[in-house]
Amino acid sequence: MSSTFFTASPEWRWFIVAYFFLGGLAGGSYFLATLMDRVGPEQDRPLVRLGYLVAFPLVCVCGFVLTVDLGRPERFWHMLVQSQTFRPMLKTFSPMSTGAWVLLLFSGCAFVSFAGTLAERGWPDWAILRLGSPAAPGGRLVTGVGAILGLYLAGYTGVLISVTNRPIWADTTLLGLTFLSSATSTSAALLILLGAWMGLSRDRLHRLERFDRSALILEAGAIVGLVASLGRIATVWLDGWGVLLAGVVLGGIAVPLLLDRERRPERRPVWIAPALVLLGGLVLRMVIILSSDRL
Amino acid sequence: MAQPMGFYTDTTVCIGCKACEVACKEWNQLPARNGGVGVLSGNSYDNTGHLDGIHWRHVKFIEQFSADRQDGRWLMMSDVCKHCVNAGCLEVCPTGAIIRTEFDTVVIQSDACNGCRDCIGACPFGVIGINPVSGTAQKCTLCYDRMKVGLEPACAKACPTKSINFGPIADLKELAKARVEQLHDAGERRAHLYGADETMLGGLNSFYLLVDRPEAYGLPPDPRIPSRNLKPSAIWSTLGALALTVMGIFHFRERGSGPGRPQGVDV
Repeated sequence: MSSTFFTASPEWRWFIVAYFFLGGLAGGSYFLATLMDRVGPEQDRPLVRLGYLVAFPLVCVCGFVLTVDLGRPERFWHMLVQSQTFRPMLKTFSPMSTGAWVLLLFSGCAFVSFAGTLAERGWPDWAILRLGSPAAPGGRLVTGVGAILGLYLAGYTGVLISVTNRPIWADTTLLGLTFLSSATSTSAALLILLGAWMGLSRDRLHRLERFDRSALILEAGAIVGLVASLGRIATVWLDGWGVLLAGVVLGGIAVPLLLDRERRPERRPVWIAPALVLLGGLVLRMVIILSSDRL
Repeated sequence: MAQPMGFYTDTTVCIGCKACEVACKEWNQLPARNGGVGVLSGNSYDNTGHLDGIHWRHVKFIEQFSADRQDGRWLMMSDVCKHCVNAGCLEVCPTGAIIRTEFDTVVIQSDACNGCRDCIGACPFGVIGINPVSGTAQKCTLCYDRMKVGLEPACAKACPTKSINFGPIADLKELAKARVEQLHDAGERRAHLYGADETMLGGLNSFYLLVDRPEAYGLPPDPRIPSRNLKPSAIWSTLGALALTVMGIFHFRERGSGPGRPQGVDV
């Protein structure tokens, strides 16, 4: 038996599931928006704006659920400042410590881009906010840094739980890759959904759909590698959690990929595949986090 | 720095009296579980169950009997934080609440802890838990407050059989080795030390004399530091990030937007 089975659960449950999912969406949406902004055509601008507009509200929710989950929420700032010396608190070898700083810095970038994007449309028409517009030189610098931080936010959560001694989490080193690929696939799905809701034509969403297919293939590979790397320990999933994980692979990855291979996809409502991808991303995090809790 | 101090627990002389549990609770003013309402576990004489934020000492009762009950023995062991030299809890703590003291012990400062619980999952022995009164992670301090004034920890003081020995680590190791030899000479060839050498997490400052496999006592056979996964996990994630960036550039660049396709509504 693996030594990880002799440990105690940190009892990270629904708030942490929510944080891992929403943090992935925030970081992934910002990353995709920046990438589309830099290399995509002008006609992708509505999707770029959507990416920046959703990242900041999502990261605000992340900060809230993380704080609420603490045993002493009023001490959330102890993650960033040593409570006795008031010096910066950073451990480069502790994923939770670096993650707290990345969350703070990413929130700043996300706010600047959010406010700058709104200011481009005159909501409000303040010159200082337009400086942070992704089209402005200062705003481009912010989005460049924010995209890297967003990728970190999307993937570090998997590394964080691997750097423990808990069953499943510490028995593999592929959770960071799994969550990262899932975060980008769900973020692309979110932008497709929102884009369709805002009235964008299927043609405008085409690039994002192609990217989502690639991210889903990477995610499927990461999940297969994850199960293989667990070896015999993966047998703990021979129960309801395993059924849910199989549902993620089939319903959240395989079915969306097959739907996109239809001969006449324009006859299918655009929201079906991205909705399945989003649901799959949420259930994936539920399975990984909650199935370890009972062991 | 003072010399490293710790516990050597000789499980062969533990009688399961739980004086250590009571002394620990008393000295550290730890609250009762469930408001003091007793709940019987049905597991031998063990109603404590496991170490956590309000149980810093736990006497385990391991019943080993043959199917016909003709042959058997009881193993008893007073479990506690191992005060690892390479401590996983201290490594991951994001607030700096967990410190190494001048006695080479590991202590959680309750006034700095914010209850994130990262240390609970990082501990290879599952000794840390949240104290519901303080809302912070707590565990054995090896009675840091008593040691600072030259007193031995409350549990060691209360132990009536000297199963729990407290002192300088070097002295404890000598004592333990002599005891193992004595048991071997007496025919108990299964006697061995758990955590006394540096191969296990750099050495445990609370180590044990056992007469069965560690798993029989609920101890991990191969406890490891959580940061072993940091580098490989980070490498895989970085490779994934690079792959996703390349995929994004490939798919998002201005290509394949066929002319004459219908345009949607701008937002």
